[in-house]
Amino acid sequence: MSELLQHYLPLAVFIAVALGLSAALLIAPFIVAYKQPDPEKLSAYECGFNAFDDARMKFDVRFYLVAILFIIFDLEVAFLFPWAVAFGKLGLFGFWSMMVFLAVLTIGFIYEWKKGALEWD
Amino acid sequence: MTASAQIPDLLPVLPEIVLIVGALALLMVGAYGGERSSPLVNVASIMLLAAAAAIVTWLPSGKLVTFGGSFVLDDFARFLKVLALGGSAAAILMSLDYFRREKILKFEYPVLILLATAGMGMLVSAGDLIALYLGLELMSLSLYVIAAFNRDSAKSTEAGLKYFVLGALSSGMLLYGCSLIYGYTGTIAFPGIAQAAAQGGLGVTFGLVFLLAGLCFKVSAVPFHMWTPDVYEGAPTPVTAFFASAPKVAAMAIFMRVAISAFPTILVQWQQILVFVAIASMALGSFAAIGQRNIKRLMAYSSIGHMGFALVGLAAGTQAGVQGVLVYISIYLLMTLGTFACILSMKRPGGMVEDISDLAGLSRTSPTMAFLLAMLLFSLAGIPPLAGFFAKFYVFIAAINAGLYALAVIGVLTSVVGAYYYLMIVKIMYFDEPQRSFDPMPREQVVVLAVAGLFNLLFFAYPAPLLDAATAAAKSLF
Repeated sequence: MSELLQHYLPLAVFIAVALGLSAALLIAPFIVAYKQPDPEKLSAYECGFNAFDDARMKFDVRFYLVAILFIIFDLEVAFLFPWAVAFGKLGLFGFWSMMVFLAVLTIGFIYEWKKGALEWD
Repeated sequence: MTASAQIPDLLPVLPEIVLIVGALALLMVGAYGGERSSPLVNVASIMLLAAAAAIVTWLPSGKLVTFGGSFVLDDFARFLKVLALGGSAAAILMSLDYFRREKILKFEYPVLILLATAGMGMLVSAGDLIALYLGLELMSLSLYVIAAFNRDSAKSTEAGLKYFVLGALSSGMLLYGCSLIYGYTGTIAFPGIAQAAAQGGLGVTFGLVFLLAGLCFKVSAVPFHMWTPDVYEGAPTPVTAFFASAPKVAAMAIFMRVAISAFPTILVQWQQILVFVAIASMALGSFAAIGQRNIKRLMAYSSIGHMGFALVGLAAGTQAGVQGVLVYISIYLLMTLGTFACILSMKRPGGMVEDISDLAGLSRTSPTMAFLLAMLLFSLAGIPPLAGFFAKFYVFIAAINAGLYALAVIGVLTSVVGAYYYLMIVKIMYFDEPQRSFDPMPREQVVVLAVAGLFNLLFFAYPAPLLDAATAAAKSLF
């Protein structure tokens, strides 16, 4: 057990150093930095001009929908690449596994299309 | 060409394939047919679940293994699959009238239940850590969505979000545990882990603790129960009825399989954890339910307590203990479904009511429902000769035979405390002044309540079929 814990010693040292360093960098500005605040410096920075409104505004849910749909098909391609590279060695099972995966995705795609998730208005 | 490139034997997975193909087909029916097809999809889903259950019993007996040991169909899996499929079918059946009345009868609901049930099937048959995680996530992701199914209700969406965030956290813990176990044993297959864990070691124990923490979340055992009351209260009532039944069965099943088939060699380690979790769940389930006024919240605490009682049997770590858990979970499933059939009938012309005080004087306004509900509550409290008594009896006997005397005594004491709040409902129904009567019970609920009520009343006369099936199932695990 003590042997196991010894393996973790470098990790503990690393955490201690990281904590110490980040704490020092966090505290140092409070002590040594030159401070002269004015309203312009304290206001939110938005590309150089005055902020229009609060940053925590509501987004249209359709942005999320499009983002999620993008991620799904992005991952599909990420799956397809290694499958295509190793295609020769995968055999029938490898082939049909990917076909089933694509079929399931297609069904999901038909569903969202029919539900109107792809229409912007 | 390597062996893994061959197409594996798909016969043992046939029930799950039927469920998934059926779910996808029904999704297309719904997508093209629109909301008009909802009743059809609901009925077809119940038939698919029945077909899957028939296939489970029809498949050749004995232990079937496929996908290189990832998927195991033994008597244990068969027993629990039939329970989970039945629970899901009953949940869809009971939801019909409620969703129709609330005008949210959608075809997605039964499709999601089918997918969740396919996940449960994978879960109870999991033979390694990857299959375990896949089954668990397929089940959980569907459950997150249906918790928020009434999306115009703030409470329901809050329940879904809460469940999702906490569920993701518990999945993270579970995966961390899996990675530690793999790192220290060098394998993900349960038999291999059992061999490697025999040498002991701190790393494996760490992994075991994280894995069990993740599983405790899914069965809502203390100290991972915080989500249960809020989710049960916020989700639409038929969804709560589903949450309290089939997913609990599947989560308990994988709990048993992991403990018994992957870690039999370090029983002492997980026994301590389970004894603590069981005691904490039983105590919290009994004491925290006393102050509840909302019946769904009360059922949430009741289910926490019942999971504690079931874990008493598993803590014994013996074949008799596993058999006790199997009997417990089957009886619990029927009692819960029966009770929720009554809760779903608590509606007046103005809408659904959920307070315990709304049951006042039920014995005079609808005596049959009051009688059956009272018997179910007596049974949940564990009063002989009802089914709930035998459920508790078998797990406590197993704990005593395994030498866990303190655990058994605490279990009996907490069940006495728990009896108080069940009896309080009975008192309200029988001795308080009647309120306006409820609307007549829809036919689907009558069927579920009648089956659960009769099983509950007559179990003591003819317990052999369930006991024999549970014995065979428990034997196949050892």
